[in-house]
Amino acid sequence: MAEKVVIDPVTRIEGHLKIEVEIEDGKVKDAWSTASMARGFEILLKGKDPRDAQVVCERICGVCPAAHGMAASQNLDEAFGAEVPANARIIRNLIVGANFIQSHILHFYHLQALDYLDVTAVAKYQGNDPALVTVKDKIVKLVQANDTFPLTPRYDPDEFSVNDPDIVALAVAHYLQALEMRKKAHAMLSIFGGRMPSYVSSVPGGVTVHPTIDMIAAFKSYLKEFVDIENDDRGFIKDVYYTDVLTLATGPLLPLGTLGVGKAHGNFMSFGMFDLEKSGDYKNRFLPSGIIKDGELSEVRDLNPDKLAEDVKYSWYTEDCGGRHPSDGRTEFELDKKSAYSFSKAPRYDGKPVEVGPLARMLVKKDKTLLDLAAKHNIEPTGALARTAARAIECLLVAKAMHEWLDELTQNLKAGVVDICDDKEVPSSGKGMGLVEAPRGSLGHFVEIEGKKTKNYQAVPATIWNASPRDAKGIRGPIEESLIDTPVPDPKNPNNIVRIVRSFDP
Amino acid sequence: MHKVFKGISRREFLKYCASIAAMLGLSEMYVPQIAQALEDAVGKTPVVWINGQSCTGCTISTINSREPTAADIILDTISIRFMETIMASAGDLAIKILDDTIKEEKGKYILVVEGGVPTAEKGRFCNVGEKDGKPISFEDWVKKASKNAHAVVAIGTCSSFGGIPSANPETKVKPVSEVLEGTPVVNISGCPPHPDWFVGALVKLLLFGKDKLVKDLDDHGRPLEFYGSTIHDNCPRRHWFEAGQFLKDWNDPDQAHLCLLLKGCKGPQTFADCPERHWNDGNNWCIGANAPCHGCVQPEFYKGFAPLYEKMPDISIPGIAGFEVSADKIGAILGIATLAGIGVHFVGQVATGRLGKGGPEEGGEQ
Repeated sequence: MAEKVVIDPVTRIEGHLKIEVEIEDGKVKDAWSTASMARGFEILLKGKDPRDAQVVCERICGVCPAAHGMAASQNLDEAFGAEVPANARIIRNLIVGANFIQSHILHFYHLQALDYLDVTAVAKYQGNDPALVTVKDKIVKLVQANDTFPLTPRYDPDEFSVNDPDIVALAVAHYLQALEMRKKAHAMLSIFGGRMPSYVSSVPGGVTVHPTIDMIAAFKSYLKEFVDIENDDRGFIKDVYYTDVLTLATGPLLPLGTLGVGKAHGNFMSFGMFDLEKSGDYKNRFLPSGIIKDGELSEVRDLNPDKLAEDVKYSWYTEDCGGRHPSDGRTEFELDKKSAYSFSKAPRYDGKPVEVGPLARMLVKKDKTLLDLAAKHNIEPTGALARTAARAIECLLVAKAMHEWLDELTQNLKAGVVDICDDKEVPSSGKGMGLVEAPRGSLGHFVEIEGKKTKNYQAVPATIWNASPRDAKGIRGPIEESLIDTPVPDPKNPNNIVRIVRSFDP
Repeated sequence: MHKVFKGISRREFLKYCASIAAMLGLSEMYVPQIAQALEDAVGKTPVVWINGQSCTGCTISTINSREPTAADIILDTISIRFMETIMASAGDLAIKILDDTIKEEKGKYILVVEGGVPTAEKGRFCNVGEKDGKPISFEDWVKKASKNAHAVVAIGTCSSFGGIPSANPETKVKPVSEVLEGTPVVNISGCPPHPDWFVGALVKLLLFGKDKLVKDLDDHGRPLEFYGSTIHDNCPRRHWFEAGQFLKDWNDPDQAHLCLLLKGCKGPQTFADCPERHWNDGNNWCIGANAPCHGCVQPEFYKGFAPLYEKMPDISIPGIAGFEVSADKIGAILGIATLAGIGVHFVGQVATGRLGKGGPEEGGEQ
């Protein structure tokens, strides 16, 4: 007899998500993912000055406004016919790179870690590391005061809840340190971005900031705390974040990885990120674009943006919104639709659901560190644990590359290259497409301008891909699929469900 | 709260009190009073933080707090019973805590609301949790949770004034103050707000009580300490405005330091202390990055300020009456206007007219 379990709200994510599963014989038999909030950015941008989309769309996601800003910028660059100068391309990369670091650190420590840590184990810490003793005292005090919110309540710990006092004390200390480090990533970003969240320096055609050697030096000094490429890549990302991920993934959580818990369809997509030469060229990016189908990890195909389409059979939108390429997309609500169960549309690539995010990007890149780690420890390379590992590996890669981008910017300045913006008027008509990667996956913005106003604007964020409902053919979205067969020994404490959902960083 | 502070040295504790005084713009005279209040506090004040039509940007900005840090706030200062982005629990377990806090901490907890409240279609455009298999709308939560709250704080422009989502007519997004007619609401607007604005208001509430906090609000329900004067009045580029020197082409390094009025700056209509406070550990701010102020703390944001990158059609400078004009530069006219008090309308017309004709020195509109 199948039992229904509803998790609403799924916490420690950005936005509003409900997950419903059917459990039979201790395993998930079926799953439904519901986006339970809609603001209708596409509707409110209609008829507005197209430039406003840059500012407005950053507010689609407060965790990744930088990526939405980049997607809007590249979308508008194309529609305006602007040629983005090299320095603007580099500065935009640095801004988005800084927020990749911020977002990945936030995800691992503050959104995901509590799924795996039995925090109360800190009280049993017997060592004498002064930093860890301080953490222990802090937690013990909360326990004594009978006020351990927001660390409790929680689902009862299970076999994959880590309770080794040494590991947990260190992880909690790092949780606190990571709060400061992610804040520093924002401070670093603000040097070129003005402020964060919702940075202000990107406009159609480039950026508003003229870089100086001083700004580059200040940025670099922050970046060195994350990764110091002149000192064996030491820094927070490698010494703390990546090390913690490895400790957990190859230690107490290894069985989850070996079991391959959290596998989706085996389809992966990356739009590619961080333009290396021409701005907006998805074929020449530091993290490459590409497609993987049916788990064939060795065969990475070229991305063809014509193959994007959105279904709405199970979404609260009129049928007319379905079956369209997003550049011709429609947003018309239909709340009484019988088949529907989500505000998310069901975007598909070549008719198939695809997983997006750091794991997709590392697989498309055929990243050796990830594949070697998976092979060495027998970790399923498309499961939930691989998702978390890929995020840490990518964080280090991007941070290291940012040093090179800073050097490139320095050399440009020394060579007298100063252009930052092809500052153009709003065109009377035009079409654009901005395909980028947000920390949590592929993100597309699409615009059509008519009479100097926005005629149609469509945004397809990363989580719409991963958390999508079923499509017109009834095929589940990636998160739904990833939950099938997941062991849920105790339906009152569905630890594994939230672990898998959060591994996508929705 | 005294239990928490027992662990640290007196010296560190007083330093912490001094940083709180500084954040609130209070002199060092207040340090003993703050110390006393912290030491007298028994237990931590419960906080319930709920998200509606938000992007979580207010949460993320809040944890950028420099002093006290996010960890100081989350673990040492308040007792966070419900806050989706950081809490351990999920689903029914999380909803139960929300329900329990509303019942058991009646009159004691602070309710923080992030995000606009969609009221169309019985709140269907945002649901949080469910009861007996039926979704609960965010609108219902705001109404229910506010009833027993000691104080209600709207964080961000969406919950303060409607913000970006209210530009969509179909969802009928309302600010918290409209949903809760009659209940006083402290608005910490901004898209997002500076962490100090929220943390400062919170600390003030904890230290000096709700009456004191509510007493010192502006017409839009915002603490005067942070929203007391315009960006324009304290802008380091103000003299370029008065000299009629405006940035027109972002690519030109020789214009990079000039006034951003022609690029749509809403500084003259925007009340916030960004020019002095700066953002992200004091590193920078919008105008510091040569970008115009979008007026994100104002009730007009976003729809009332669109188009964001166009010069404002008229510049209203509040609290001015009577006029006298003799200067021939638009910037100078406006500069004198603020000082000597020129009629708001007149200034707007002159500004538009002068700039429309080509403006002084810089030769024409962009």
